[in-house]
Amino acid sequence: MLDLLKQPWPWYVAGPLIGLMVPALLLLGNKSFGISSSLRHICAACIPAKIPFFQYNWKKELWNLFFVSGVLLGGVVVALFLQNPEPVQVNGALVSELQQYGISNYHGLVPVDLFNWSNVLSLKGLIMMVGGGFLVGFGTRYAGGCTSGHAIMGLSNLQLPSLVATVSFMAGGFFVANLILPWILKL
Amino acid sequence: MDSKETIQQRKHRRFLTENTDFEVRSLDAESFNESELIHPWYYNLKYLFAGLLFGIILVKAEVISWFRIQEMFRLQSFHMYGVIGSAVVVGILSVLIIKKFKLKTIYGEPIEFVSKKFNKGNIYGGLMFGFGWAITGACPGPLFAQIGTGATVIIVTLLSAVAGTWVYGKFRNNLPH
Repeated sequence: MLDLLKQPWPWYVAGPLIGLMVPALLLLGNKSFGISSSLRHICAACIPAKIPFFQYNWKKELWNLFFVSGVLLGGVVVALFLQNPEPVQVNGALVSELQQYGISNYHGLVPVDLFNWSNVLSLKGLIMMVGGGFLVGFGTRYAGGCTSGHAIMGLSNLQLPSLVATVSFMAGGFFVANLILPWILKL
Repeated sequence: MDSKETIQQRKHRRFLTENTDFEVRSLDAESFNESELIHPWYYNLKYLFAGLLFGIILVKAEVISWFRIQEMFRLQSFHMYGVIGSAVVVGILSVLIIKKFKLKTIYGEPIEFVSKKFNKGNIYGGLMFGFGWAITGACPGPLFAQIGTGATVIIVTLLSAVAGTWVYGKFRNNLPH
């Protein structure tokens, strides 16, 4: 059983379980599933700087900070007890593409060839970690939600703006992954 | 408010007070959908547990993997489409059931849904998030989970995301919405 849990979970197991987070949070306390707003609450709690966008009672949204702390702990639990000892299995076409850029270590879900402490201050590291993170934080709040808030919660409630946002996420991702990222990886 | 306010100013003031956030319920003007119950802080521990399960699922399904995100954006694997698609189907069915049977929370409060208005940020912000998603290989949830699995350098990405949110908040009034 434990061996089975340690293997990567197929989409038809993981997807429905993720979908069940929507009713779980609603039934537990009328909460809308969403992760990116936690970043806003962190700003409101730590660095509000009299900006109107951060002037609200963030303590009412404390549940969300507990939720994301749980997500982090989930990562710890997997690392301690459910780690898959095998490297990540990816499409051969991607493997040969990434090989050109010197990415060959598939032992972590996060590629250590790209994301590591000694890379943070290189140009590539700055663009990928600092720049990429900035776009994630700025973009999700500008859009009013992220993959969980729009693509899962918003679509579950049949919200048209969430569909527009989801299509925009995908369009932006396709554009950068195929046309821009190769240039960044070459650096 | 000043009665000589122009239509433009009024529109702007309304926008500033409007909740454009699809995730933050407590900011909605009609707070009928927000829990009125006051609970001690440890009631929030159930959300910690829910998050823990969500985190485990994200990691075990490899949704937090940069490699899986690259496959998705190159149409090299069905995996991510299967995960998101089946999650949405289960989510839609759950919401339908909750609405149909008018289900209540475990504390007996009615579960309510609000419809949010479209604004241009859904497109511009959505595209920007898409750019970041392809580069970092992570949306906000996976950032937390990646740090948990021991990829401590992702703390830099997360802090930068907090900074991005802050800068958005700071310049929100000057951005097209």
